[in-house]
Amino acid sequence: MSLRIVVCVKYVPDATGDRHFADDLTVDRDDVDGLLSELDEYAVEQALQIADEADDAEITVLTVGPEDAKDALRKALSMGADKAIHVEDDDLHGTDVIGTSLVLAKAVEKAGYDLVITGMASTDGTMGVLPAILAERLGVPQVTLLSEVKVEDGKVTGRRDGDSASEQLEASLPALVSVTDQSGEARYPSFKGIMAAKKKPVESWDLSDLDLDAEEVGLEGAYTVVESAAQRPARTAGTVVKDEGEGGKQLAEFLAGQKFI
Amino acid sequence: MAEVLVYVDHVDGAVRKPTLELLTLARRVGEPVAVALGAGAEATAAVLAEHGAVKVLTADAPEFAEYLVVPKVDALEAAYKAVSPAAVLVPSSAEGKEIAARLAVRIGSGIITDAIDLEAGDEGPVATQSAFAASFTTKSRVSKGTPVITVKPNSAAVEAAPAAGAVEALAVTFGALATGTKVISRTPRESTGRPELTEAAIVVSGGRGVNGAENFHLIEELADSLGAAVGASRAAVDAGWYPHTNQVGQTGKSVSPQLYIAAGISGAIQHRAGMQTSKTIVAVNKDAEAPIFDLVDYGVVGDLFEVVPQLTGEIKARKG
Repeated sequence: MSLRIVVCVKYVPDATGDRHFADDLTVDRDDVDGLLSELDEYAVEQALQIADEADDAEITVLTVGPEDAKDALRKALSMGADKAIHVEDDDLHGTDVIGTSLVLAKAVEKAGYDLVITGMASTDGTMGVLPAILAERLGVPQVTLLSEVKVEDGKVTGRRDGDSASEQLEASLPALVSVTDQSGEARYPSFKGIMAAKKKPVESWDLSDLDLDAEEVGLEGAYTVVESAAQRPARTAGTVVKDEGEGGKQLAEFLAGQKFI
Repeated sequence: MAEVLVYVDHVDGAVRKPTLELLTLARRVGEPVAVALGAGAEATAAVLAEHGAVKVLTADAPEFAEYLVVPKVDALEAAYKAVSPAAVLVPSSAEGKEIAARLAVRIGSGIITDAIDLEAGDEGPVATQSAFAASFTTKSRVSKGTPVITVKPNSAAVEAAPAAGAVEALAVTFGALATGTKVISRTPRESTGRPELTEAAIVVSGGRGVNGAENFHLIEELADSLGAAVGASRAAVDAGWYPHTNQVGQTGKSVSPQLYIAAGISGAIQHRAGMQTSKTIVAVNKDAEAPIFDLVDYGVVGDLFEVVPQLTGEIKARKG
């Protein structure tokens, strides 16, 4: 039987751009180019490797986001995923992690899955909690923050490197896995992959396809409110000296003046 | 006064510093009730009481160590039901965030992660966060359910505030999901004897300019002369010169120490995301154009192989 893998990805504003907030205090998506979140490339990569090892596997890449989010799906398809689902609805604007996880859970269930793979966090929100919430909603084992992952005989195993210990984990499928940036360099799409991706199916679903109401998502449905966002004042320019042989001593003098020594 | 649940991060009864900082913040919002789970839970009570815990709810069961995350969520949910708190505060570790997030969904609440400050507000606690690689500061609150908030290390001072700290056993029933992910083996990280990176008052980090694992001892010696933690940039970690657990930056740790010393680090956005909220920033880099110099309070343009050993020697001499 085919192993059904669903990879959840996010379309984010480029972290090297000048990111800021829109007037409604959501992430501004107009002024900075968007792309597939770098941390989600690792999830796509691991899905591809797991699919390679399986006798028969199908990778669906799933995103929730505005029109342009299709770019993220195309990137994943060009890396080698088989098909894509784009959940897009004007009412989704301003959805927080609680709402996003609800939409993803419904979509993953509708798509059908044995294994859900995500990145460790998005590069814009950077909360890192969506994988755990999605596992909770799906009612499947959470096998998260893996730097090594393997799927064999209906089981997923992997290594989770925590602050105080490194743990070897095991769970039965269906399960949810998140992978870190230590799981292995993501491949670049080949020219052939890019051409093939243009022909791969991208389905579009809206809230009604998932039996969700507008009130459950969006800014209105959010469980959190951002009251203000302020640009951090630029750090005041400090002293920069050129080492003429006494640089270390000068630095020590500065640190002593600041009472660090 | 309303009660506030505080999830305790401890190792065999030794409470880690971020939990004590959490108690300081919890007291701004209500009366802290601590929840300590696993081996040594009861041993946490004395230090928690010293820092303001009116009650310490404890539970121990093999499930906490043998299965990932979910047994702890079940226990925290049991504490939530027993206490009906005004808020739930959890330290922002990787595991802490996962526990908090699953609890939030179960109890129909919103969640805020990685707060760097917390104050009482008319409509519930207001959390301060850093956004977009710390180029923005936001203030947010949970608008539905009981606020669940995770707080980063070094967000508040540890304060003595003696309270009763009465130990009460917490009754926990594990749900079907609790045993979903088995922990087959656990290899504790070897202790370096240095402070925890995210908790340290001083962090000394090395980057590409260190030019090899064999040179990282220069960074370690400087760190040790100051009692500091050692960090590394992504470039240094990707090159295999230093462990990933020490990586400072967007995909590593985010630190906010009193003093951050960057040696041989150019200061790409990826790195700045993890350190630019540090109080004082110092850099040594041979490239005068390196972006790190835009952030520094004091910078030395020079060869770190000259400057760093001289600095270490001078610190040792001054400390006698």
